[in-house]
Amino acid sequence: MIKSLKTWILVGFTSLLLVACGQGGGGDSKKSKTLDNTKKAGFVKCGVSEGVPGFSNADASGNWSGIDVDVCRAVAAAVLGDADKVKYTPLSAKERFTALNSGEIDILSRNTTWTLSRDADIGLTFVGVNFYDGQGFMVRKSSGINSVNDFKDGIVACTNIGTTTELNMRDFFNSKNVKYEPLGFESADEVVQAYDAGRCDTYTTDKSGLAAQRTKMKDPSEHKVLPETISKEPLGPVVRQGDNVWEDIVRWSLNTFIEAEEYGVTSSNASSLKDSDNPAIKRLVGAEGELGAAFGLDNEWSLRIIEQVGNYGESYKKHLGDTGIMPNRGPNQLWTKGGILYVPPAR
Amino acid sequence: MNFKNIRFQNKKIRNLIPQFITVAILLSTIIYFVTNAQINMGNRGIAFGFGFLKQEASFDITFSLIDYDGSYSYARAFLVGLLNTILVSVIGIFFATLLGVIIGVSRLSDNYLIAKVAEWYVEIFRNIPLILQIFFWYFAALRALPLPNEAINFYDISFLTVKGFYVPKFIWTNFNIFLISIICAIIAIYFFNNYSRKQREQFGKQLPTTSISLLIFLIFPLLSFTLFGVTLSFEYPVLKQLSPTIFTFDGGLNIIPELIALALSLSMYTATFIAENVRAGILGVSKGQKEAAASIGLNKNQILKLVVMPQALRIIIPPTTNQYLNLTKNSSLAAAIAYPDIVLVFAGTALMQTGRAIEIISITMLTYLTLSVSISIFMNWYNKKMAIKEK
Repeated sequence: MIKSLKTWILVGFTSLLLVACGQGGGGDSKKSKTLDNTKKAGFVKCGVSEGVPGFSNADASGNWSGIDVDVCRAVAAAVLGDADKVKYTPLSAKERFTALNSGEIDILSRNTTWTLSRDADIGLTFVGVNFYDGQGFMVRKSSGINSVNDFKDGIVACTNIGTTTELNMRDFFNSKNVKYEPLGFESADEVVQAYDAGRCDTYTTDKSGLAAQRTKMKDPSEHKVLPETISKEPLGPVVRQGDNVWEDIVRWSLNTFIEAEEYGVTSSNASSLKDSDNPAIKRLVGAEGELGAAFGLDNEWSLRIIEQVGNYGESYKKHLGDTGIMPNRGPNQLWTKGGILYVPPAR
Repeated sequence: MNFKNIRFQNKKIRNLIPQFITVAILLSTIIYFVTNAQINMGNRGIAFGFGFLKQEASFDITFSLIDYDGSYSYARAFLVGLLNTILVSVIGIFFATLLGVIIGVSRLSDNYLIAKVAEWYVEIFRNIPLILQIFFWYFAALRALPLPNEAINFYDISFLTVKGFYVPKFIWTNFNIFLISIICAIIAIYFFNNYSRKQREQFGKQLPTTSISLLIFLIFPLLSFTLFGVTLSFEYPVLKQLSPTIFTFDGGLNIIPELIALALSLSMYTATFIAENVRAGILGVSKGQKEAAASIGLNKNQILKLVVMPQALRIIIPPTTNQYLNLTKNSSLAAAIAYPDIVLVFAGTALMQTGRAIEIISITMLTYLTLSVSISIFMNWYNKKMAIKEK
């Protein structure tokens, strides 16, 4: 017995030494590995929701659209020259960060709230905000509830697990001193089903999400979103920490997308603005400066974004305005028009 | 001289080589994964550690067996999830065993109808994937129940609604004394059974063991009520209006539909396998044994109890242990229907809120391992107890 144990220890120890010798040499992160891999693969790996109309939603033939999808399309247009070269991975709230961290996706554009702990603690970097949102509540019109102050002890509130919503909900009900019953599902569709069947009395998530999910109810006109907003939810695309070049590409793709609206550059007039008098516009359409070189792209990267995806205003109108999901832009209007969309200049 | 013979002459060394290679491969795989994780986590600035368990969880959980709200720690949330997993597993194992034995015995029934119904039950529920059965009960059956204001009313005591099954809550005083009385009863029954066995073996006296045991089990708790001040009252659920159309039940105990759906589907599914084990066990006892028992004058009950079952159990227990383990592990499908088990609460919400994937998944895996090994150890002990003792 002792003899065999000794043998094992000996065998184990020697193999350990062998293995240890085989180790050494870490990763070299001067260049953008993600950019190289994306070019090699020929598509941008983009994580989206499992279906939030207006933000990221697939039609019957599997084509994704929405303002979150347009962020990935913009990056694909900038990096690969074709906005359609995106591979979409639908993710639940629970799966999203692991998918990003493990490299299954390279951009997470899935109505994700920018918070300190997510940004600083778990290896993620938020590159900006593409939608300013806030948490609200949906109830049945027939319920007679007109304000969050009408909630009483015993109310059942449904939401998605692993979201900031889940945390805000608790803060909110505690502050109102209402004893509520929380019920958390993994996917948004399950929450919609549960709420629609009467398992829960109210459905809480970001107001944009409520507006989008309302369209999925058996009878959308039976439901309403309460006026109060109980939290700040700045939603934006996320990348892995550690690849600064990739981070910059995604950040500036988003910024360009928004700045184009500010300067009135649209998908239809972009190429004709090459000889504009305004240097800011000329930079946007690639007629001046060498901005793309800063992250290893050619000079027409931003022109491609605007031509193929459009500007933020066009995207908003197409996905959220014309569809009636959130016709009122509210804070998501340009700073020049009374909103809070304000991006650093591309120069 | 043959060169081959020199190298492998030494039998000891020859035997060591494959072992050496196995260990080397195993170790290098583990080391590769660990270093890979370390490098990647380092690149992204993720720290590894279990300190987060002490942090405030700040999310609430639908259903908990212990005191919990968001102000408790993640460790407490883990405990809530674990207890919920254990709860649904215990309920599942209990009903799966009960149903399994009934179905298994029914399959051997002389009554054609009963045997056929049992056979169909097994064939249907064994062959539909468990997740579909869970979905069926949860989304099809329980979701079709009425709202609280139109609840299915059981004599104004219990109410079945889409929000759950509201039943009366037990309000105890001096519950500890009641518990002690139950324990005393069990000890007393144990000693009585020993005594009656000795009586039977030494003097051939047959005492009515079962009835007396039952009597002890009733009398002790009754004494605790009459003499030691234990009281039990019920709090009944009462309909409460929250808004013109929103109702709920106040008071009482709510068995949430998620628990019902999960426990129901787990026990109905696992029961089919246990039924087959039971059938195999009974069929495995040779006919000659029963005939021999009958010929020495044992009655039908005695044959079953003293001859058939002890032998059948030896065949039944090992595969049934597997089914108990399967049931416990299958309870993790709870995450699909929002039952707050350890996977949903800890490997779900807590993982998401902290982002500590590696730590949390390791803890969860270790927990399931511990649960499974505990069940295994218990069942092995029971199996040994039931095994043939060479005299």
